[in-house]
Amino acid sequence: MTQPFRIATAGRLGKADPVRFSFDGKAFTGLSGDTLASALLANGVHLVGRSFKYHRPRGVISAGAEEPNALVGIHRDAARKAPNVRATVQEIYEGLDAVSQNRWPSLSFDIGTLNDLASPFFSAGFYYKTFMWPKAAWEKLYEPFIRRAAGLGEAPDRPDPDCYSNRFAHCDVLVIGGGAAGLSAALAAADTGARVILADEQAEMGGALRYETGAMIEAKPGWDWAQAVAADLSARDNVRLLTRTTGFGYYAQNMMGLVERLTDHLASPATDQSRERLWQVRARRVVLATGSIERHMVFPDNDRPGILLASAARTYLNHYGVAVGRNVAVYTAEDGAWQAAIDLKRAGIAIAAIIDCRSDPQGPHVEEARRLGIEYLTGHAVTATSGRLRVSSIKIRPVSGGAERSVACDALITSSGWTPAVHLFSQSRGKLAFEAETQRFLPGQPVQNMVSVGACAGTVDLGETVAEALKAGQEAAGGAARKLPKLAAKSTERWSGGMLGAGEGAGAESTARAFVDFQNDVTAKDIRQAVREGMRSIEHVKRFTTTGMATDQGKTSNMHGLAIAAEMLGKPIPEVGLTTFRAPYTPVTFGALVGHGRGRLFEPVRRTPIHDWAEARGAVFEDVGQWKRAWYFPQAGEDMHAAVARECRTVRQSAGIFDATTLGKIEIVGPDAARFMELMYTNPWQKLGVGRCRYGIMLREDGFIYDDGVVGRLAEDRFHVTTTTGGAPRVLNHMEDYLQTEFPDLKVYLTSTSEQWAVIAVQGPKSREIIAPLVDGIDLSDEAMPHMSVREGMICGVPTRLFRMSFTGERGFEINVPADYGRAVWEAVWAEGEKHGACVYGTETMHVLRAEKGFIIVGQETDGTVTPHDAGLSWAIGRKKTDFVGMRGLMRPDLAAPGRKQLVGLKTRDPKTVLEEGAQIVADPQAPVPVPMLGHVTSSYWSENCGHSIALALVAGGHERMGETLYVPMPGSVIEVEVTSTVFFDKKGDRTNG
Amino acid sequence: MLLIHCPYCEEDRPELEFRHAGEAHIARPENMAELSDEEFERFFFIRSNPKGIVYERWRHIHGCARFFNAARDTVSDRFLATYKTGEPKPDLGKGK
Repeated sequence: MTQPFRIATAGRLGKADPVRFSFDGKAFTGLSGDTLASALLANGVHLVGRSFKYHRPRGVISAGAEEPNALVGIHRDAARKAPNVRATVQEIYEGLDAVSQNRWPSLSFDIGTLNDLASPFFSAGFYYKTFMWPKAAWEKLYEPFIRRAAGLGEAPDRPDPDCYSNRFAHCDVLVIGGGAAGLSAALAAADTGARVILADEQAEMGGALRYETGAMIEAKPGWDWAQAVAADLSARDNVRLLTRTTGFGYYAQNMMGLVERLTDHLASPATDQSRERLWQVRARRVVLATGSIERHMVFPDNDRPGILLASAARTYLNHYGVAVGRNVAVYTAEDGAWQAAIDLKRAGIAIAAIIDCRSDPQGPHVEEARRLGIEYLTGHAVTATSGRLRVSSIKIRPVSGGAERSVACDALITSSGWTPAVHLFSQSRGKLAFEAETQRFLPGQPVQNMVSVGACAGTVDLGETVAEALKAGQEAAGGAARKLPKLAAKSTERWSGGMLGAGEGAGAESTARAFVDFQNDVTAKDIRQAVREGMRSIEHVKRFTTTGMATDQGKTSNMHGLAIAAEMLGKPIPEVGLTTFRAPYTPVTFGALVGHGRGRLFEPVRRTPIHDWAEARGAVFEDVGQWKRAWYFPQAGEDMHAAVARECRTVRQSAGIFDATTLGKIEIVGPDAARFMELMYTNPWQKLGVGRCRYGIMLREDGFIYDDGVVGRLAEDRFHVTTTTGGAPRVLNHMEDYLQTEFPDLKVYLTSTSEQWAVIAVQGPKSREIIAPLVDGIDLSDEAMPHMSVREGMICGVPTRLFRMSFTGERGFEINVPADYGRAVWEAVWAEGEKHGACVYGTETMHVLRAEKGFIIVGQETDGTVTPHDAGLSWAIGRKKTDFVGMRGLMRPDLAAPGRKQLVGLKTRDPKTVLEEGAQIVADPQAPVPVPMLGHVTSSYWSENCGHSIALALVAGGHERMGETLYVPMPGSVIEVEVTSTVFFDKKGDRTNG
Repeated sequence: MLLIHCPYCEEDRPELEFRHAGEAHIARPENMAELSDEEFERFFFIRSNPKGIVYERWRHIHGCARFFNAARDTVSDRFLATYKTGEPKPDLGKGK
């Protein structure tokens, strides 16, 4: 017989279709509408997992998102293996494949149970005490052992094949929680015409009405009313209903993060359907109707499978038609659990006994229990349980002391009362207030434009809840002037009573294991131990014991832990404090947060107009920021080394063509352009002639190099500024900052032109011959257009800004043309170049050639702590200037002190040895450890043109060390180097001028 | 995500369009070269970090690209005012 615990006459699934699924490879049948938990319970399966630390057998505890125990893996296929899924939330679908976690070799026989026997060894704080020594053993021995022995599910090992979507939304009223309170609030708000979003984490609206059979609203059973209201609301244009949607994070200015689960409940979702959707909702006002969460009783061995929350038993019975046992015992400190016993009894389930630790509970539920012939024992406590993989009996005795008695049962349901779900309120930065009479933390004064209603605000009575929710909903929509709507709501149920902390038999003297936090295996004893060992604040107790730090964040356990610590400390609960509630309320997948922003869509890719040409030529590309840059152009049979050596040789022998489009470009225009340039750069600019260029250095206010580049003056009032490839946006931001806020009186406009110009560098002795046939209207002779000059004219029939400049030390030009013509002009230049034996070269050759000349690259030779003096660029500072950004910073004593790291060249004693960039430099490799470090290698290459390796380095007092021998210690060897000038090739610089 | 009122665009726009730019109302001295080390330290290195109201600069970088100032409560993240560069600190009233 299948589903032996399904009761045909109970629940709402009725004649729903059967659904086949498997758990640990065993086939089961449930009903459409079941959660994995309800379907397993229908089949009599309580044991679903092993606990985190002690590997104790564990079962389903709750029927909702607060579940600490029933975590399983859901395997759809090889790539879709979701770990730590709460069985109480996962809806079943045809073919669902669930597996238990943290057990080996099997769930019913788990070797890790040895941990349970060794539990004294794993007591609170054991991480901090046990595995301290020897240090090396942590990585090799302890950590792998702990990770294997203690743990939850396994993360999937393949890329997530699912897609996730993301939506922004705005509304007047956002209601979180679709129970009686949330539905009432949404209804009242919607009636005013306001834009309303109502979200609930369950598959259907209704909240606690799911199990609260005594509730009547508008003369309908509560659940039926909820479905009718949900249907009504979902038909309205101004309302959006979101089911299976968790409000997980409450952020500043009424921004709520919600995650909507779209496919996890479907047997075969369409391949193009998003698995989840992240909603970022900005609400004018938020109504929180998040309800409350039932707590378990804390007593010895309270964690056996078959022991669960009273409200969960009611939910399984009244909604899913599933009995949690055939002979159910009840252990409670509040009234609601009595109603669970009554419901079960009426459904034909035997009630072994109701054990209430209060001495004299009163009310209609007690009368009803008596009438139904249920045995109940007041002033009694459960002091022990037995049953290996499921509870089989409990021991009870009077609270006042006396003989123990055994009661047989196959399930035990418990309740110690209700904790208002104030998580989102607390996240909104509202302060909680402790209500001593009911021992609850309730929302205090809100900080944001929001209100809490119903159980999460501490309201217990259904009629009051509905009334206050209607009022809050209408006010939230700005409809205060309207007549207040009314709904007739009444419940026969009572929710008073409750206790916090450990029950009888788990008190201060007890050595029993009474679990507070099931997921992290924290007992009442552990919390007491933490206090005994000196923890005073709940924040410390939490970290020492890990209570409340598991994926459920202690939804059922935090108040118990706090109460036990408070009792030990002899302080009232609010003085011990409450740990901070943080987002997310329940776990959120990385996929939902990342959305489309991964793979190709992770970051934009920028390509130059010449990219496709380079790709067709077999270029190897490197990433420079978002840019793809051609790195080198290997010919048949060449490796990188050979290709770069050939490119370097060819540029200096004839010429090379290089795509420099990625350089940042800023156009600075206006009558005060030169004055502005004076302030932004160290160099003098006022006297730079029109048509001339200058190498500029930009500092931050602290005196360190920020950027550099060649600047051309096109007119008295117009500069064409180039920046480093990666620096373009921040340089423009830096300039705009000063222009807008410090020098707003200067008449200057700044325009980014990086994307507008394609830049083709032609470098080498033949560069002029190559471009000459293409250029119109510009005299290219050395007399008319010397090194560091700029002219405007035409090339290949399109306008150009032609720079005579060189980053290679050769005669060189940089042809700027409008980007759309970049490819055409490039091809024309290349055709000419080929006639002269020129090559195309990439960024690697560019780097080598500039290093041969000792030209720095900002970000490679500099790291934000290098001044122009350090870099040997003192000549670029305008001596007569009275101000520029960084001038005062440069005067700081430390920046002028001797012994600073300065840029030098290094030649290895063995010319074939190429140093490693980043390698440390020392004066004496035999010095005792720690060996004083003098600096490090910033750039290092094989120089084909010099016939030896070259390197640039920052070395303490480097400018005074010319000719000195220093050492670069490497694994297995020490490399001897000589300190040299930074210029390795053509020291006089004749080649630049032709 | 914050919602920020750009005083130039006169629009509430999401934080994604803006970039924070440090403390406001720190004017760059005109006589930079003459500053003592102590004066330079105060100008360049020392920043306030109050719990409560901060005056800070933002740039509407993906909008009008203007820098402006804001008064924000660091406890609630609430913006009390945003105002144009060069304008004085707003009077936030005693009641706040």
